[in-house]
Amino acid sequence: MADTRPTFDEMLAQSDQPRSPYGAYYNWFAEEDLKDLRRKSTEAEAFFRRIGITFNVYGQQDADERLIPFDIVPRIISAREWATLERGIEQRVRAINAFLHDIYHRQEILRAGRIPKEIISKNSALLPEMIGVNPPGGVYTHIVGTDLVRTGENEFFVLEDNARTPSGVSYMLENRETMLQMFPELFSQLKVRPVSAYPQLLRRSLADCAPEGLTDRPSVAVLTPGIHNSAYFEHAFLADQMGVELVESHDLAVENGRVVMRTTQGYHPIDVLYRRVDDDYLDPLTFNPDSLLGVPGIMDVYRAGNITIANAPGTGIADDKALYSYMPDIVEFYTGERAILQNVPTWRCSEEDSLNYVLDHLPELVVKEVHGSGGYGMLVGPAASKKELAAFEKKLRARPSNYIAQPTLALSTVPILTRAGLAPRHVDLRPFVLVSPNRIEITPGGLTRVALKKGSLVVNSSQGGGTKDTWVLGD
Amino acid sequence: MMLGKTAGGLFWMFRYIERAENTARLLEAGWRIALTRGDRESNEWQSVINTAGVGAAYSEKFETYEAAPVINFLLRDRDNPSSVLNSIEAARSNARLVRTALSPEVWEAVNECWMAVKPALSRPVSERSLHDLLATVRYRTSVVRGALHGTMLRNDIFAFSRLGTFLERADNTARILDVKYYVLLPSASFVGSRIDNVQWEVILRSVSAERSYRWLNGGEATPLGIAEFLILDRRMPRSLAFCFSKIGENLNWLANDYGTRHDSHALSDRICAHLNNATVQSVFEDGLHEFLSGSISDTTQLASLIQTDFRFYQ
Repeated sequence: MADTRPTFDEMLAQSDQPRSPYGAYYNWFAEEDLKDLRRKSTEAEAFFRRIGITFNVYGQQDADERLIPFDIVPRIISAREWATLERGIEQRVRAINAFLHDIYHRQEILRAGRIPKEIISKNSALLPEMIGVNPPGGVYTHIVGTDLVRTGENEFFVLEDNARTPSGVSYMLENRETMLQMFPELFSQLKVRPVSAYPQLLRRSLADCAPEGLTDRPSVAVLTPGIHNSAYFEHAFLADQMGVELVESHDLAVENGRVVMRTTQGYHPIDVLYRRVDDDYLDPLTFNPDSLLGVPGIMDVYRAGNITIANAPGTGIADDKALYSYMPDIVEFYTGERAILQNVPTWRCSEEDSLNYVLDHLPELVVKEVHGSGGYGMLVGPAASKKELAAFEKKLRARPSNYIAQPTLALSTVPILTRAGLAPRHVDLRPFVLVSPNRIEITPGGLTRVALKKGSLVVNSSQGGGTKDTWVLGD
Repeated sequence: MMLGKTAGGLFWMFRYIERAENTARLLEAGWRIALTRGDRESNEWQSVINTAGVGAAYSEKFETYEAAPVINFLLRDRDNPSSVLNSIEAARSNARLVRTALSPEVWEAVNECWMAVKPALSRPVSERSLHDLLATVRYRTSVVRGALHGTMLRNDIFAFSRLGTFLERADNTARILDVKYYVLLPSASFVGSRIDNVQWEVILRSVSAERSYRWLNGGEATPLGIAEFLILDRRMPRSLAFCFSKIGENLNWLANDYGTRHDSHALSDRICAHLNNATVQSVFEDGLHEFLSGSISDTTQLASLIQTDFRFYQ
């Protein structure tokens, strides 16, 4: 590792004594038998298989459904730490919604010169179809999953804003269920704030964003690409927990200016569609004409104000990596406050000076594609071979504006349970945020992803990452 | 309110569960005959394949009817759409599709059924392991049914699940009889004649009714007795009369709940009336084979009407 700064371990920091949020857990652990805990670990896996909490891997047709490995050591966050995160996330999400409204209307932020015009006008994440459109309730990002990383006692950074269709919330909920079943005694000892209300809050939040003037209770549905999608389990899980229909493209049609679903008794209108289908596939008449996953004509219904689409189309412009480095300005511009959560320092390779710096320091940096996700198309300098570095340099020189670079952060670690006992592994955190016209709600906890390989900084489940239950302690 | 797709998914999930179970039972009966029958010439395996309704698919791959290929074709062949493995996978896949309509118990029962059966059928099945394997299939599918009965609301979800079960079952019983109808036909000696022990045994075993038939008839196996038992006896949960009365019940429940009657209701009423008015004598007089093939085509038509009336696909 090029970075020589010591890694911050959230359980032990640099001492033999646990940090205070972990005190009670640490004492409990010391009394436990390692073999018993290892057995519990195996039980957890059987539990996940039975419930069917699995994901499909793209490009592996015949591969069985896979489990995301689950580690039974919780990640624990104190009430004080959480309070700061909560304020910071809320501020950021508020700013993102104001930014989206502005970008699709008067573009004041461009007039004020706070962001270069061309970064917006030339950005493929900007949907011209959304210009001048008013989403019901004025909400653009109904659900946000803010990715946070930590490097020290008080150092949290926002890594990504995930304002499109963040996934993983089912793991937050099922991980907790599993822990409650396996270690009830810990929950009676520690005051862990519950996460189980999330589906009900989600339903209420979505219903609060329904088009105006409805006489009945809004009809909500979850749109999934289908059972072969990698996150199908989550789509079915959320629909089930909310008590709403899970629909696919072929269940839907547009009739008399409404989006309707085919029921056993004919067509029934939908007021709020929580879609887990990307913008591009949403409406073959407006976007990708080959899409079989969307609803032809839904954008017309949307523009007429007769359906809520969550998240709104076009929110990708807010979590675009080319815009990421401007987030502190965006927060300040719309809230009039300084950003509470820090951004990771970022070099925009589109700028010549930055590009030169990045090329000179490639082995120390993480370089990301502006539109990439899931950890694909990314270079982790310190972990890359000479050959990989050279290959990446070529790509970078060919299309510099396609990349941004960041220092390799010394992500904090939390121990996982291994055969030899506890061993530190790098983690990140994705709390889930619900936005409705009246409130922003952040469920205390979130999805902690953990790189299971020693020293690895890549936490993505598609690349060998696992998950942990995340405990936010009460006061 | 229920999506048409969900109704279709439930219907097929339970058809496939029933199919897996029926195939297992049929195989068990065939296997037993093969073991106990003295003459080696018997083509009992061929009649097992025909009863399962997969004669065409089988003869594309194999020329002769022997234990090993038949057992493996019925249990685990990917080219046999109705093999136990394919049926269980199709049932689970439909269950995933309609997961929001199922209680956690039902979902877990189907998922665990698949988790138990899939590895067991990943390798060729030897005659030695056949018994355990068939027991697993029967046990696992019963757990699914038990979970349905014990944990699900009696609403349209339940009705579509039951419709799938009973349509598949009626089809299965009619086919078993139709493949064997020649042994039940009036030959030289008609009413009261004893028929080939082995043949009636295979019929009764295929529908798990050997024991109950003996209880009710004191062991007297006559063509009329067996036909009456499997076609008209409402005490017998796999008889045509029982299956169609259940189909009628569930369709009527839907008509009351939805406030609409469809073509499927009319056809179901007609089938039930036909079964109510029939006697075993009239069935034989009009022709057993004609009666059974009529019943099979009624079942197919009814399934297709249900699919249209309740908008499974469009």
